[in-house]
Amino acid sequence: MNAASTPLIEFRQVGKVYGHGQGAVQALDGIDLGIARGEFMAVMGPSGSGKSTAMNILGCLDVPTSGSYLFDGHAIEAFDQDQRALLRRHYLGFVFQGFNLLNRTSALENVELPLVYRHVRRAERRARARDALAVVGLAGWETHTPAELSGGQQQRVAIARAIVTQPAVLLADEPTGNLDSARSHGIMELLVNLNREQGITILMVTHEPGMAGYASRVIHFRDGRLDAAAARSAA
Amino acid sequence: MLWNAVLLALRAVRRNALRSLLTVLGIVIGVAAVIIVVTLGGGATLQVTQQIETLGTNMLILRSGQRLGPGMSSTAPQFTQDDAAAIGRDIGGVAAVAPSSTQAVTAIFNNKNWSTAATGIDNAYFTVRNWPLASGRQFTPSELRAGKAVCVVGATVARELFGNGDPLGAMLRLEKLACEVIGVLGAKGQSTMGTDQDDLVLVPLHTFQRRIAGNLDVKVIQLSVAEGASTEKVTREIERLMRERRHLSGNEENNFNVMDMKEITSMLTGTTQVMTALLGAVGAVSLLVGGIGIMNIMLVSVTERTREIGVRLAIGALARDVLLQFLVEAVVLSSLGGVLGIVVALGGSIALSRMMHIPFVFNGGIIVVAFLFSAAVGVVFGFVPARKAARLNPIEALRYE
Ligand SMILES: Nc1ncnc2c1ncn2[C@@H]1O[C@H](COP(=O)(O)OP(=O)(O)OP(=O)(O)O)[C@@H](O)[C@H]1O
Ligand SMILES: [Mg+2]
Repeated sequence: MNAASTPLIEFRQVGKVYGHGQGAVQALDGIDLGIARGEFMAVMGPSGSGKSTAMNILGCLDVPTSGSYLFDGHAIEAFDQDQRALLRRHYLGFVFQGFNLLNRTSALENVELPLVYRHVRRAERRARARDALAVVGLAGWETHTPAELSGGQQQRVAIARAIVTQPAVLLADEPTGNLDSARSHGIMELLVNLNREQGITILMVTHEPGMAGYASRVIHFRDGRLDAAAARSAA
Repeated sequence: MLWNAVLLALRAVRRNALRSLLTVLGIVIGVAAVIIVVTLGGGATLQVTQQIETLGTNMLILRSGQRLGPGMSSTAPQFTQDDAAAIGRDIGGVAAVAPSSTQAVTAIFNNKNWSTAATGIDNAYFTVRNWPLASGRQFTPSELRAGKAVCVVGATVARELFGNGDPLGAMLRLEKLACEVIGVLGAKGQSTMGTDQDDLVLVPLHTFQRRIAGNLDVKVIQLSVAEGASTEKVTREIERLMRERRHLSGNEENNFNVMDMKEITSMLTGTTQVMTALLGAVGAVSLLVGGIGIMNIMLVSVTERTREIGVRLAIGALARDVLLQFLVEAVVLSSLGGVLGIVVALGGSIALSRMMHIPFVFNGGIIVVAFLFSAAVGVVFGFVPARKAARLNPIEALRYE
């Protein structure tokens, strides 16, 4: 990757419109944003303000309809599906808002999945997945399927799956949304650790100011734009 | 990656065991049908060839009238022993000439009756028909010349009239003729047409003509072509000789016919082969239907697992990884159908060949072909669903409910 001076992630006038004509929704509207390597950034804002939309674009799952998204200096709009998939495979970890675990598949295998696509050998895969589950406090739950886990446990499996690859960037859409306060703080400490010790860049959506407090920087969305006033008042 | 995909596929198949079984039923039936038909067809062909070999493959059969079959022209003159002698004398490449005549008779021994056929022959008959004796002896030249009352019985006649007893030396009545049994023929079994070849009594041709038929006709002249001689050439020469002896002018049709056993062999095996091909085609159609079944269920599966596909794509699967996964699943499914079909077919063809009294001929080639074909069905019909899965947009797939 490039020198630390250029931002790892850069939005230039990024806009996203869903649908066409009458029913079109402007989910993002001219966002300018730079995120440096090693930052821990919290994303806040009311429901429907475009946080998840921005995360999907940041996570290379979706492309902007206008503007440009640079990842380590590369314009993602120019990437094809496979190039974006490879970028996700090798650099990104994602905790989805709805967990998105595979049903009828054990917690361990869910966590192993990203390693499968990285062609990690089976034994090593197993070991790393076990470690990741232990890190989120789910040692002993390896063989349980999502249906046999509570919402909070499922969320932690999703977090384990995102960190098992030790990605360059971890994107987490409300990773503590279903956790009790003690667990939430535990997860935040874990993220802070990953950020400090492994230098993982973290982008986290949260509704709770208490959680945002762990981040080194907080941004606010409102109606698809960055809300500078909210940022100032929070600071 | 491929091995992973196979494991995943096996798990998916196991998860929906009943559905998978129903899905591959078409493949199972198709594969089983093709293998059974080809195996039984092979057995039948073998049987036909073997039966024809018992007749002698280099045998020509000369009959009066234009065509074989019951509608033989009755106006055509019969052959005589002189015709047979002329063939032996004038035509090269003939190993043996056997004139014969046959008539239905009732054979009586003690108080047992048996309806059979009496055939007048000379000793060349045994050579031409390639028919050894089980016991006793052939006719002596003097018995043949004088038309003595002696006979050689077929295995069926021996069994029916003498049971386990020894027929040699017994006096058998054929209509008005009382003759001594001097030999028993070896068993030949059923003919290609399904008639019992062993149901006959042989007597010297003179005896037959004088004491049974009451005329000097020779109904059939069978002859074997010498090793290395061309049956076509011999056939042509016999036709020429017979036309001459029967004074047929240039534009008259033959009032006799020469059958080549080789021709009959290839005709009959040809028929079984056509049957095999036709029934095999029916099996192939059922494989096609099975393939469509697999395509259908795979499309359902892709829809059901849209979110799973979305997750896989989101965490780094390439479109081709997803394509491979679903393609492998289709192939695993159809190959399992193929294996099941092979098992069913082996059991089925062993049982059916027993029931139909056809030899069971294990055909490894068709099993390999059928298996590969079933796997290929998976590739062909799995492709469209797999491509559908691979083309999903990750975001939309994740949102799919
Ligand atoms: N696939 C889509 N098709 C159409 N509209 C969409 C789609 N995804 C999001 N939107 C719209 O875009 C806007 C932003 O949605 P987004 O999911 O980014 O909000 P959010 O900030 O994540 O909200 P929440 O806090 O509730 O998760 C909303 O008005 C939403 O209705
Ligand atoms: Mg959201």
